[in-house]
Order: sequence, then structure tokens, then C-alpha cells
Amino acid sequence: MIWLDVLVQGILLGGLYALFAAGLSLVFGIMRLVNLAHGDLIVFAAFLILVVVQTFGFNPFLSALIAAPAMFAFGWALQRFVLNRVLGKDILPPLLVTFGLSVALQNGMLEVFSADSQRLAAGPLESASIDLGPVTVGTMPLLTFASAVLVIFALNRIFYTTALGRAFRAVSDDPTTASLMGINPKSVFAIATGLAMVIVTIAALYLGMRSNFDPSIGPARLLYAFQAVIIGGLGSLWGTLAGGAIIGVAQTVGAQLNPEWQILAGHIAFLVVLLLRPRGLFPRAVD
Amino acid sequence: MSHLLSTHGLTAQYGQFKALFGVDLHIDPGECVAIIGANGAGKSTLMRSITGVLKSAPEMILHNGTPIGALPADQILQRGLAMVPEGRRLFPSLSVEENLLIGGQIRKGSGRWSLDEIYALFPILKERRHSPGTALSGGQQQMVAIGRALMSNPELLLCDEISLGLAPVVIRDIYAALPTIRATGAAVIIVEQDIARALIVADRIYCMMEGRVTLTAPAKDVSREAIHAAYFGAAA
Amino acid sequence: MGHRITTRTRASSIAGIIAVALIAVGLILPAFASRSLIQDLFFILTMLTLAQLWNLIAGFGGMVSVGQQAFVGIGAYAMFAGVILWGWDPVPAILLGGVAAFLLAIPMAFFAFRLAGAYFAIGTWVIAEVTRLVVAQWKTLGGGTGTSLPREATADIIGVETIARLFGLRDAAARDVLAYWLALALAVATLATIYALLRSRTGLALAAVRDNDNAARSVGVDAARVKWLVFLAAATMTGLVGALIYVQTARISPDAAFSVTNWTAYVIFIAVIGGIGRLEGPILGVLVFWGLQTAFADYGSWYLLALGLLAIATMLFAPRGLWGLIHDRTGIALFPVQRRLIGAKDG
Ligand SMILES: Nc1ncnc2c1ncn2[C@@H]1O[C@H](COP(=O)(O)OP(=O)(O)O)[C@@H](O)[C@H]1O
Ligand SMILES: [Mg+2]
Repeated sequence: MIWLDVLVQGILLGGLYALFAAGLSLVFGIMRLVNLAHGDLIVFAAFLILVVVQTFGFNPFLSALIAAPAMFAFGWALQRFVLNRVLGKDILPPLLVTFGLSVALQNGMLEVFSADSQRLAAGPLESASIDLGPVTVGTMPLLTFASAVLVIFALNRIFYTTALGRAFRAVSDDPTTASLMGINPKSVFAIATGLAMVIVTIAALYLGMRSNFDPSIGPARLLYAFQAVIIGGLGSLWGTLAGGAIIGVAQTVGAQLNPEWQILAGHIAFLVVLLLRPRGLFPRAVD
Repeated sequence: MSHLLSTHGLTAQYGQFKALFGVDLHIDPGECVAIIGANGAGKSTLMRSITGVLKSAPEMILHNGTPIGALPADQILQRGLAMVPEGRRLFPSLSVEENLLIGGQIRKGSGRWSLDEIYALFPILKERRHSPGTALSGGQQQMVAIGRALMSNPELLLCDEISLGLAPVVIRDIYAALPTIRATGAAVIIVEQDIARALIVADRIYCMMEGRVTLTAPAKDVSREAIHAAYFGAAA
Repeated sequence: MGHRITTRTRASSIAGIIAVALIAVGLILPAFASRSLIQDLFFILTMLTLAQLWNLIAGFGGMVSVGQQAFVGIGAYAMFAGVILWGWDPVPAILLGGVAAFLLAIPMAFFAFRLAGAYFAIGTWVIAEVTRLVVAQWKTLGGGTGTSLPREATADIIGVETIARLFGLRDAAARDVLAYWLALALAVATLATIYALLRSRTGLALAAVRDNDNAARSVGVDAARVKWLVFLAAATMTGLVGALIYVQTARISPDAAFSVTNWTAYVIFIAVIGGIGRLEGPILGVLVFWGLQTAFADYGSWYLLALGLLAIATMLFAPRGLWGLIHDRTGIALFPVQRRLIGAKDG
């Protein structure tokens, strides 16, 4: 029964990775921008939540609710004033700008928050678990996974049933023609990045409640997010959830074999998928 | 009195390549103007300049007397100028209905056009409304592109080569919609390679060659010779 | 007719003469220079070489790698393996670093080239991480904590004794001189190779590939082959530099040898600040970087924060870097690669 347990834990862990990935996927899907600072932004959001917790004494969930609009504004401004200026046919400028942002954010957080490990205290929730017959699962991992499903469901609804989602898809297809419809692609990009930062805040909430975090862990989160996106297939949000689950399962299986292999096993799983299915498991028909 | 839209010495270029050399044109409310000219004459470039896809100096383009040459495309649409771009350019990720809706998403305008009215104008689109826009035939796609532009209830509709690559019967169907469109009071600029058709539907024509206007005349009393000269150059 | 095609300019001819003079001075410098100057120059030369190599693949080839630390690290570890496991002399063991980096670059390219455009960057980063994690499992080379070059190995590196006698130096200082000379040789060789490559047909092909894969293919350039070639060559050279750096350092750990900050972030900042897609860029960039490093490195993370912001500002306001600004004002090109048609009049 141990392997069933490992499998379930892995899938639930995948929920966290899907949360990391959803914002990345959203932004890439709409503007073909890969944000190398994505992981550091997750850590940044976690610190923001922590500051709210410590300042007002709220619980992490309420604090995240307060941090989310701030992160939206931050993402909106980042896109509006920085990233929009470097978006274009050449992929180099946006990559280098976000890489610079990654280094700047990491070190800025190091100065402000020190290198100490932090955690968002979630009280009894941290150790609560639910008995599901053959396996017992932690409430927190279950909550994370449920949140990932909810986030992806909500994103899909936004994409396919709202005017905003219509604008997202139109701008992604053809920004020039979208502008002939009265849509300003740069404003749409700014909203998309703002929305991505709201998802980042949700990801940060669970990251911070489930494990310790410090300013240096951003890049590794970026890599997990990226792997989930590629495994799932670019542009497929549900695929991203599957991708996250695959990374999660690979990691728990690896860790079961040898604790030192956990991270490595996740990376290897990614490479295997890339080898067998270069376009991911659920590629979009039109690119 | 100022025109609905006018251009004054309008120039445009792609990088180093000059495509327009001082184009003067105007159109008044409710008018229908056709722009004819050979391939590469600069007709689409003119459309792109007017609609803000290509930037110009502000005073080169006036809308009701206001300089709009430097405005971006999205603000041009909000002033009531909508374009049916060359090649239709439907959004592949959007269904037919969504393609129509997005046309009226930012500017609804006050006028007759709504989703139902578009479906009344082109009934086939209602049947196909859930298909991806790009799954339709060329003529149907053209109807979507026209409907999409109408959804903003524009004062001026710019149509770039709406008959290009379509069968004659289909072209006839599409042009049959023009009187209905004009009945709302909208002015129309059509870019058309088919000179005979342009002369039938338009009040006035402009002929372009190599980035310049070479002829402008009322459609009903222009001679074939004059058009021939303007189209191919005087030497021909 | 007096027409011919040339890439030579007046500035480039002068630059050529100055370059030869600089190399000559560089060679005999250890006779006068202090040990700390030699160490600084070693740092400058190795960073310059890494930046030129990154510039080659990213700036000229459009392959934005964030995984160059993989080649530095594997090169360094291969050198350590040669010395510790097989008893090689550290200097020839540097060649093992090149070989190892070359071998790593093959699977890296194989995987990363499957990722379109911007995702290539993260792909290279993943492979660098995988390499670091695997190397950290290599217990005989110290596992996760790392190890040092054995004293016997560093004591009698070939040539060190001669240098020590020649300049009247202690062994440690003589080792620095040797490392400095090797760094100088690598830097010059890299610069010369890249310059020759860019002026060759392959260079033209690379420019075509960078600008547009499809267009390149339609004019008969095998885009994939050119990319492979350049990527593998740059990786090999990066491995050599990595090995050399760790001959001088003599102490290694996976976190240091595979550090994304030291071997990729710094390198990218050097190229960005100096000017991407130009050979002059990294030269200027490394001098600026060294100046900043000397002045502000004590400020630790504030310094890195500022460096990141400086890179962002450069991309926003002067995307072709400092050298781009200079070039726009003066038109000077020390390493011209644009082909110009010379008419009979000025020919
Ligand atoms: N995107 C572009 N880049 C460069 N040149 C262009 C571009 N679009 C059009 N041109 C050039 O501008 C001129 C006018 O083109 P266009 O306005 O499309 O002509 P028309 O619509 O009358 O056929 C042509 O010579 C064409 O080659
Ligand atoms: Mg045209």
C-alpha cells in the first residue's frame, strides 16, 4: 500500500506545481512572454503575505486576500511600464529583463527579509489529515490540490466565457487586428500579468503554509512551473495540472527510493516526456 | 466646413521604403468612395494609415476637423472608424459569434447593428455561429469580417478588397449587403480591384498608382480612358 | 572595376595593431605586475571569455542560454576528476574539461532545441540543474560539499617551477601567473575564433538563422546544423574556461561550480551592459563589471540588486548596450563584421 500512498501524495503535490505553473502558462499563452522571474515573484508574494500576517495578525488566507490586489497592481505596473516596452519579435530583451528582475528580486528580498527561512503558520490545519480508506491524506495538500483545480477551472471560464477572455484570445491570435477592434493589446497584457500575479499569490499562500521559504528558492519553483507547462502542452491549462501531477509523482517516487533523489527524479521525468512527446501531453491544435 | 475624414499630404513608409507620397483624400457623411489601383499601388497602406495601424503625423489625417494621424488603432475605432482588413483576418481561436461580438466589445456605438441584425443581414452566419471563424468558406469569412466591423456601429466603414479571391456569386451576395449598410447613414470606403463594380457602387472614385492619387472623379461621369491612364500611367 | 567587398575599416586596422601590442604587453606583464593585479586580470579575462561565448550563442545565434553554468561546472569537475582520480597534471587536465563540456552539450542541445523560442532558456537551466544534482552524488569528488585539489597535485604543476625561478616568485604566485597566461591565451583564441567565424560563411548563416529560421532555410542555410555547431563549440570553450578557473581556485563544490549567479547572471550582465551582438560589447562590459565589482562587491546583495536593475535599465533605454551608444555616436567598429561594398573611389 506504500506505493499507492506515494502516488496520491505525488498527485496532490502536483497541485502545488500546477498553481506555480498556471500564471506562467497564462502569460505565455497571451503574449509569448516567458517570465524568468516567475519563481521569485511567487516567493515575493509569500513574503508579502507574511508581512500582512505579522502586521495585522490575520491568518494566512485572509492575508493572501489582502496581498492579492497588491500583487495584481504590481503585475499590472510591471507589464505596463517595463515588459510592454521590450515585447516584440526579438525574444532576447524580455528574457533578459525578466532575468535581471529575478536577480534583483532575490537580492532585494535577501536585504529586506534576510536569508532566514520563514513560514506561514496555519495552525491546526498544518497537521490535520483526512482518512480516505486505503490512504490518509493531509488536509493541506488536499486543499492545495482543490485550489489548483478551482484556479484552472476559473481561468478556463474567464478564457472561454467572458469578454476579457475573448480579448485575451484575440490579442494572442493577432494583436494588430485586435487593435482594429478597439482593443489596446498592451492594456490587455497588463491585465493578464496582473491576473497572473493573483494566481501567483494563491500559489505563494500554499507554498508558505506547506514548507519553509527563503529568498533563494524562487528559481527552483520556476523550473517546476515550467516543466508542468511543457509536459501539459503549451496553452492547455488542464494539461498543466496533469504536468504538475507528473512532476509531483516523480518527486515522491524518487524521494521514496532515496531522499536525495527527489528533485532529480522530477527533472528526469520532465526530460523523458520531452523526449517522447516534445509538444507535451495535450498540445493545442493551433499554435 | 470640415469633412468626415480627410487626409492631407499623407505619407507612409515601411522602414526605408516609402509607400505613400502625399495622398489627399476626403469623404463626407453617408458617402461611398471607392479606391482603385493596381497591386502595390498603396491602397492597403492608405487604409492602415487611416486606421492607425501605421502611425502618421497628427495633421495628416483629420476626423471632423480633429487631427488623428498619430492615434493608435484602438482609439481610431473608438472614434467610429472601423475596418474590414485585407485578407479578413478573423481570430482563429474565436467562434463566428465571438468574432462578431469582439467587434462591438469596446465600442457599441448607437445604431442599428447588433448580433441579431448581423444575422439578419447574413443568415448563414447564424447557422455557423459556433464554428471557429477560420473553419468557414472564404465568402462566409468575409461576411464575418464585415459583420465584425459593423458591430461597433461605425460612422465610417473601410473595406479593403472584400471581393478578393471570391467566386462571382459570392461577391454578388456580399455586395448585396452594401445598400443596407449605407442605409444606416454610414460612410463607406471600399478598396476594389474590380473597376466596373467600383463604378457601380461608389459615389466617387480615387485611383492610386505608386503611392499617389492619380485620379479623383464622380463615379458616374468618369471615362474609361481617364481610368486607364490613371491606373497604368500616362505613357500606357 | 575597382569594386571589392571588405569588412575592414580604419578603426579596425588600428584596433588590430593595438590588439597585437596589448597581447605582447599582456604576455610580459607578470614581470612587473603585482600578484593582485595578475589575479584581477585573470578574473577579467575568464569572465570576458565566458561573456564572449554567451554572446556568440545568444547575441549572434539567438539561443538565449541560462544554463552556461552547466559547462563551467562540468568542465571544472572533469578537471578535478583527471587530477584526483587519474593523477593527471592539472594543466593538461583542463582539456578534459573541454571534452566533458562538449559531451554534455550534445544531450543539452538535443533537449533544449526541442523547446521553442523563449522556453529554450529555461530548458538549458533545467539541464544545468540536473547536472549539478548528479554531480553532487559523485561521492569520490566530495558529493554535495565538494573537495580541494590535493597539495601534491598543485605543488608540481608543469611550468610553475620555471616561472617561479624566472620571475623570482613563490610557487603560489607562480601558479597565478601560469593561470593568467592560460586565461590570456583562451581569451585571445576565443575572440579570434569568434571573429573569424562571424566573418565566414557560417557567420552569415548564423545571422540568417538568428533573424529567421525559415528565411535561412529558404536561402539554403541548414539552420539546425549551424545552431548545433555554434552551441557545441561555445560549450566546449566554456568547459575549458571552467576548468581553468578551478585550477586557479583549487577548491570546488557543486553549488559554486554550477552557480547560476556567477557563471550565467554575471556573464549575461556583462554582455547586456556592454552590448549584445557585438564583439566589442563584452570587452567594455567586463571592464565596467570589474569596476563595479571592485567598488561595490562589499555591499553584497545590494550590489547584485543594483546590477539586476542596471541590466533592466540597459535593456529598456539602451538595448544595444554601452558599445551600441558609442557606435551610434561615432560609427567606430573595432571588429567589423558588416560587409561593405568598396567602390573604385575609396578602394
Ligand atoms: N509590411 C510591409 N513591409 C514592407 N513593404 C510593404 C509592406 N506592406 C506593403 N508594402 C509595400 O508597399 C507598397 C504598397 O503596398 P500595399 O499598400 O499593400 O498596396 P495595395 O494594397 O495597393 O496592393 C508595395 O510596394 C508593397 O510591396
Ligand atoms: Mg492591398
